[in-house]
Amino acid sequence: MPSTLPETELHNPQTTKTPLDPHLKALENEAIHIFREVAAEFEKPVMLYSVGKDSSVLLHLARKAFYPGRVPFPLLHVNTGWKFAEMIAFRNDIVKKYDLDFIEHINPRGKAENVTPFTHGSALFTDIMKTEGLRQALDAGGFDAAFGGARRDEEASRAKERIYSFRTPEHRWDPRAQRPELWNIYNGMIRKGESVRAFPLSNWTEVDIWRYIQVEDIPLVPLYYAKERPYVERDGMMILAEDPRLELLPGETVQHGSIRFRTLGDFPLTGAIPSQATNLEEVIAELEIATVSERQGRAIDRDQSGSMEKKKREGYF
Amino acid sequence: MTVSAIAQAAESKTGTVTAFPAAEAARAVRDTRPLRLITCGSVDDGKSTLIGRLLWDTKAVKEDQAATLRRDSGKQNDLGLPDFALLLDGLQAEREQGITIDVAYRYFATDKRSFIVADTPGHEQYTRNMATGASTADLAVLLVDARTGLLEQTRRHATIASLMGIKQFVLAVNKFDLVGYDRARFDQITHEFRELALSLGVRQITAIPMSALKGENVVYDGKASMPWYEGQTLVEVLELATVRSAQTVGFRLPVQRVSRPGESFRGYQGTVAGGSVKPGDSVVILPSGMVANVTKIITFDLVRNAAVAGDAITLVLDRQVDVSRGDMIVSIDSQPQVGLDFDAQLVALQAEGIQPGRRYWLKSGSRRQRVTANPVSQLDLKTGSWTQRTGLLPMNGIGKVHLSFDENAVFDAYEQNRTTGAFILIDPDTNNTVAGGMITAKRSSLTDLRSDEARVILSLPADLADQLMATELFSRRRDETDLRRMTSGEASQIFKDAAVDI
Repeated sequence: MPSTLPETELHNPQTTKTPLDPHLKALENEAIHIFREVAAEFEKPVMLYSVGKDSSVLLHLARKAFYPGRVPFPLLHVNTGWKFAEMIAFRNDIVKKYDLDFIEHINPRGKAENVTPFTHGSALFTDIMKTEGLRQALDAGGFDAAFGGARRDEEASRAKERIYSFRTPEHRWDPRAQRPELWNIYNGMIRKGESVRAFPLSNWTEVDIWRYIQVEDIPLVPLYYAKERPYVERDGMMILAEDPRLELLPGETVQHGSIRFRTLGDFPLTGAIPSQATNLEEVIAELEIATVSERQGRAIDRDQSGSMEKKKREGYF
Repeated sequence: MTVSAIAQAAESKTGTVTAFPAAEAARAVRDTRPLRLITCGSVDDGKSTLIGRLLWDTKAVKEDQAATLRRDSGKQNDLGLPDFALLLDGLQAEREQGITIDVAYRYFATDKRSFIVADTPGHEQYTRNMATGASTADLAVLLVDARTGLLEQTRRHATIASLMGIKQFVLAVNKFDLVGYDRARFDQITHEFRELALSLGVRQITAIPMSALKGENVVYDGKASMPWYEGQTLVEVLELATVRSAQTVGFRLPVQRVSRPGESFRGYQGTVAGGSVKPGDSVVILPSGMVANVTKIITFDLVRNAAVAGDAITLVLDRQVDVSRGDMIVSIDSQPQVGLDFDAQLVALQAEGIQPGRRYWLKSGSRRQRVTANPVSQLDLKTGSWTQRTGLLPMNGIGKVHLSFDENAVFDAYEQNRTTGAFILIDPDTNNTVAGGMITAKRSSLTDLRSDEARVILSLPADLADQLMATELFSRRRDETDLRRMTSGEASQIFKDAAVDI
C-alpha cells in the first residue's frame, strides 16, 4: 500500500517551531481525541465558530485532528449583525485560507423586527439573536453534534458541564440529567432529533489558550491587540465607536486611547480595556498580572443572578 | 461591568487587601502534565472551604468573581473572607439546597504545575459521582474533621478511590485549629488511616494537619500554629505527585477513525493508550489478528520517529489490511486479551441498576459492542468485604460481574492499563450511561474444553497464517486457538521433537 501524503494536503511543517510543553501537549491531545471521536460517531457534526480567540484555537485543533485530511464538517457562525467589522473581515480570510466549509446564520427576526442591543436590551437581544438564532441554524442544518469552544473555568455553571453535553430536541440542557462521564470514554448515543454539544477545550484555562496561541502562532483578530481606537464610556464599559449605528447619548463623547479587547462579541455589548499590549507577549504579560476575569467585559453574564445557567438551559451555547 | 459592580470590586480591593495580592505569580512553562485529583469528604468536613482556599491562595479567583461572591453571600466569615462554598456551587438548584449534587471541575496553578480538581459530593447516594471524578484522577485528597476522625464514609471514599485505580492518597486532617493543634490527635488519626489505606493496597500516603478556613498547610505553611509539623503543605505534595502513565506497558492504539483524504493515503487515527511505537515496529490488528508493520507516524507538525502513550497520532501501515473504527492496533510481542468472556468490577450509575441477563451496549476506547453483565457479588462499602449477590446490582452499588460478548472483545486488565481496561455500559433503550467498569481478567474458555478434544498443530509461512487469521471463520473462533510466532528452524525442531515423542 503506498503511503505518500497527497501533495495538495501537505502543509509545511514548522521544523523550527518550539515544541509544546507537556502541559499544553496533554491538553492538545485530549482536544484532538474529542474531535476525532465526535467526527466518527455522529452523522452530521458542525463546529460553532465565533471568530474569537477560543474559536481560533478550536479551529487550529480541528485542522490538526484531521490532518492530512480536510476538516470534515462545516463551520457555523451565528451572526447577530452587530459584530465588530474587523471580526467579519478576519473570518472571511480564514475560511478562504484554510479551505473550510462555512455557514453563516443571522436570525431573520433581527431584521424583520429591527432587534438591536440598544432597543431591546442585552438580555432580550442575546436571547433572540444568539440563542434563537443558534437553534434555527442547528435545526436547519440537521446537525446532531456541535463543537463549541467553551471552557469549564469560564463561569460557574460551566464547571459542571460534560465534554459531551446532551441536548433535547428542543436544545435544552438539564444540568441534573447529565450523563456520567468516566475516563475518556464518551457516550455518543442519541435518538433522532436529540443532539450533543461537544467541548474539546473543557479543561483549558484562559492562560492555556493564550500560551497555546503564542506557541502555535495562531492568527487572531487584531482587536485583541492594543491600538489607538475611538471609544465611548457607557455603563462602566468602553464601547468601540467605529460603527455608524452607535448613537451617542447625552453627555457622551468619543474619546481616543490605546485599548484592546479580552473577548470579542457584539460591539455594543463588549467592553474594551485600556492597554499598551500591542503583541502577544505583552498581552500575556498583562494577563498574568490581571486580577479581573475575562468575562468581566461581557454584559450578558451579569444581567441577573445565575444568568448563564438560565441561558444554557434555554439552548444558549 | 455595572458601575455598582466596579464600586464593589474597588471596595473589595481596598477593604481586604490581604485577600488580593497585587500581582498573580508569573506562570512559567510547565514541565509536567496537569495533575488530576479528586477531593472526597462531606459538607461537614469543610471540603468546599478547602477547595475555595486552594483557588483563593493560588489566585485562581478573580476580583469580579469575588465581588459577585461577596454580593451573593451578603455576609463574610469572621476572617473577613467570603463563603467559599458559594464560589463552587455553580448551579442554582444547588445553591437553594445548599449541597453539591454533581461533579464539578476546578482549575488552579502554581509556578510549578497546574491542577484539575474533580469536586464531588460526599453523601452516600452519590457514589456514582465520586466514581466519575475518580476515574480520571491521579491522586485522592480525603478530608476528615479533626474532631471526629475517620468515619464510615472515609472508608467508603478510600475504597472507591482505590477501586478506581488511584494509588496516591493525601489525608487532610482539617479543622485542626478546633482541636488545639494537638499533635497526639494528628498521630492517632494518621495511624488509623494508614491501616485503612494499607488494607486497600495503597502505599503512597501523606497526612497533613490543616485548617482550610485559616489557610494553614494548604498553600501556605502553618508553622505559627503547629511548629512541630515539618511535613509539606498540601500544594507541595500535589506539586510533587506523579501523573499516571501507561508508557511501560505494550503499545495500544484504539482506532478512532480511518483517514482517507486521497486514494493513495490511508492512515489510522487515535490516541496511543499504552506503550510506544516507532516506524518499523510489527503490530497486530485486533480482534482480527492480522499483522503489519508501521511505516509512518504522522502528526500535523511533523512526521515523527516515535509516539508514546497519550499522543494523538495518525499511523500508516505497510500493507493493505482491513482496519476500521473500534479495532485496536497493538504491539506483536505484548498483546491484550481477546475473548468472549471477561470478569469485571463495575459501579451502577442509574436508578434502574444493572440487571442480570439484560443486553447493554459496552463502549471501551472507540469500540462499541453488545454485552450482558451478570452480577456475581457486591461490595459492602461499610466493611470493605464482598458478598455473593447474583440479582440486580442497585444504583451506587459496586459489583463483580461476568461479561459475555457476542463477538470478540479486546481488553487489558485495568490494573495494567487504565484506558484499555476501562469501559462504560449504555442502556440501549434510554441511551444513558448506566455503569462504569474495570476489567479484572479474561475468563478462559480453553479451561472448559475437555482435555481429550482433538487439536491440530500447523506450521505455516507467516504471510499465509496472517491471511488465514484474517478470515471471518478464524476470527470467530480465535478464542479457541493458541498462537506462537517463531523461526522456521524452531518450528521444524518442534515437529521433530513431536515425532520422537510419538
